[in-house]
Amino acid sequence: MSPMTPADTEERRHWMAVLARASADEIAGLLASLPSLPAPERLRAPETGLVMVRGRAGGDGGPFNLGEMTVTRCSVRLGEAVGHAYVAGRDKRQAELAALLDAALQDPARRAALMEGVIAPLAAGQQAARDAEARKAAATRVDFFAMQTTR
Amino acid sequence: MYVAVKGGERAISAAHAWLEETRRGDPAVPELTIAQIEQQMPLAVDRVMAEGSCHDRFLAALAIKQAKGDLIEAAFLLRAYRTTLPRFGASEPLDTTRMRLRRRISATYKDLPGGQVLGPTFDYTHRLLDFALAAEGEDRAVAPEMPAPAAEVPRVTELLAREGLMQREALAEEEPGDLTRQPLAFPAERPVRLQNLARGDEGFLLALGYSTQRGYGNAHPFVGEIRVGHVTVEFTPPELGFPIELGEIGITECQMVNQFKGSRTEPAQFTRGYGLVFGHGERRAMAMSLVDRGLRARELGEDITAPAQDEEFVLYHSDNIEATGFVEHLKLPHYVDFQSELENLRSIRRTAEAALPEAAE
Amino acid sequence: MTMLTAGFADPVLDAQACFRAVLEAMSRPGRIQRAGSALTPPAPLNQAAAAVLLALADADTPLWLDAGAEAEAWLRFHCGAPVAAAAGAAAFALATAAPPALAALDQGTEEEPQRGATLVLQVEALEEGEGWHLTGPGIEREHRLRVTGAPAGFVAAWAANRAGLPCGVDVILCAGDRLAALPRSVMIAEG
Repeated sequence: MSPMTPADTEERRHWMAVLARASADEIAGLLASLPSLPAPERLRAPETGLVMVRGRAGGDGGPFNLGEMTVTRCSVRLGEAVGHAYVAGRDKRQAELAALLDAALQDPARRAALMEGVIAPLAAGQQAARDAEARKAAATRVDFFAMQTTR
Repeated sequence: MYVAVKGGERAISAAHAWLEETRRGDPAVPELTIAQIEQQMPLAVDRVMAEGSCHDRFLAALAIKQAKGDLIEAAFLLRAYRTTLPRFGASEPLDTTRMRLRRRISATYKDLPGGQVLGPTFDYTHRLLDFALAAEGEDRAVAPEMPAPAAEVPRVTELLAREGLMQREALAEEEPGDLTRQPLAFPAERPVRLQNLARGDEGFLLALGYSTQRGYGNAHPFVGEIRVGHVTVEFTPPELGFPIELGEIGITECQMVNQFKGSRTEPAQFTRGYGLVFGHGERRAMAMSLVDRGLRARELGEDITAPAQDEEFVLYHSDNIEATGFVEHLKLPHYVDFQSELENLRSIRRTAEAALPEAAE
Repeated sequence: MTMLTAGFADPVLDAQACFRAVLEAMSRPGRIQRAGSALTPPAPLNQAAAAVLLALADADTPLWLDAGAEAEAWLRFHCGAPVAAAAGAAAFALATAAPPALAALDQGTEEEPQRGATLVLQVEALEEGEGWHLTGPGIEREHRLRVTGAPAGFVAAWAANRAGLPCGVDVILCAGDRLAALPRSVMIAEG
């Protein structure tokens, strides 16, 4: 397989980010309507552990350790491609599906169909949820207009 | 001195069974689910995650159920659980300017880029008990929506720093100390202090923060900014070599602006106290930022006169898991210890009584 | 990335079994244990050395190794251990050829002797009942251990390591899927 270019890495970061935010059921549901993927070889079975979350002093200063979060990881091989997943939480099925998709998406022959059939709908759903919350926040934005005109 | 004593197994086992029965309560009342706790007591979940120093909403909710709602016991359960997990590494430092904001307020500027966004807050509620909640099948409240502008939301501290009126944070990228790996040592550097405060007991932080406002520490704080929302966590797995997103976590950040009278090397300017906590924990983040500023007295060359400025006092007593362990250990058998105290007291009394008649003569 | 092979089939139980083998080996210096028989690590890693590092090394233990890029990638992936630039900065050192001097590894301190490094040393063969005479804690009279392919001057270097007790380095000798341990408290006489 040819080495990943920066654009490839950026695209891979995108699909990994979307899969990290998706539930196992959502991923499996979308996969079900596509041609089934071959069974991967497990390189590292799903495993739950911790990542120490870091913040920055004052928001923009030196790093400090805020506290840990649970993370589940998994790695599989599909042909020549090795797929990795590191996802927040303890859902092993989600991690395994995300690793399988990360491997499959590295195959140019499979990528377009999986991006269209799985990643794009997941991303759209996640964006819609974010937008809905942003609209609720916007409704609580304080409008000082009246005070300014009566000053 | 502790001496192992055998016995009591039957009593302990019966006590555990009764504990379990009382945890469940009246079986005629439906049992709480973890999802109910996670969804309907989110602030309790947030506090347990913060003090348990482990972000996992489900585990925190489970701990609350198991602990019968005792949040310190729940944080203890979460801390114990996290020790069973391997650590994969440390995240990239969070970028809180890229938070997905639910709430963002400033007490220092009325009009500021990004605006004042109230979010789901208890502020402006009347603190009157709402008996409608006691009725089952309440109508589901629906939050109104408005079009959301895609606006930049710069930090208030940055606005001041651009004018040279806010002290810049040191941009050291060195590996921060980690209390879960190395015990506290003094003097404690700011990263270690912040880690300690972030997982400290909310009541302790609140009382200390309050004390700085009431004259114990000479603070004149303003809330520069409070942000509540979600932030993306990025982590670089060694096998990939580039950062990937793990997902989002809820956090609360507080920038407390304080005056600093200046020193020989620095002009008078504002300095910041910083609070950052898991979940929606505004009181906690504000208290943390007050105490953080108090503890910066040493590095800013200020007189250390108040409890909130004394880092040994604050950092050694902030952890409620340690505190509850040491306080509650007093109920463990101290039979032999106490016998020796008793013997000692009796002997003092005997000596004193023997001396009395002579004194009377 | 080269063809990455799998690690432990069951990370928890396999790591515990290997931990037990290392514990037995450390408790009875010179007695041979087995570990990693099911592993297929990349050359030049042998099964026992691979198993020991899978069981013991993690993100909190810097690893130094001389085993080449493929073995390094395999260990980084499965252990998550950061690779130390210098042997002296490592918690675990893996030597598949001539090892760094024992004295060059982390010796620990009087306050924290447990911080002393562990050297995982690959050798050609291990055989009980002949060779070195081992005495010390965990050994009633003496254990015999023949180490084929031990580095030149090892016994003399070991005497110096032993003299620094409680500080010093522990060694796990690995050949194929067999391992034997030399805790820093053991004494070695050539036989």
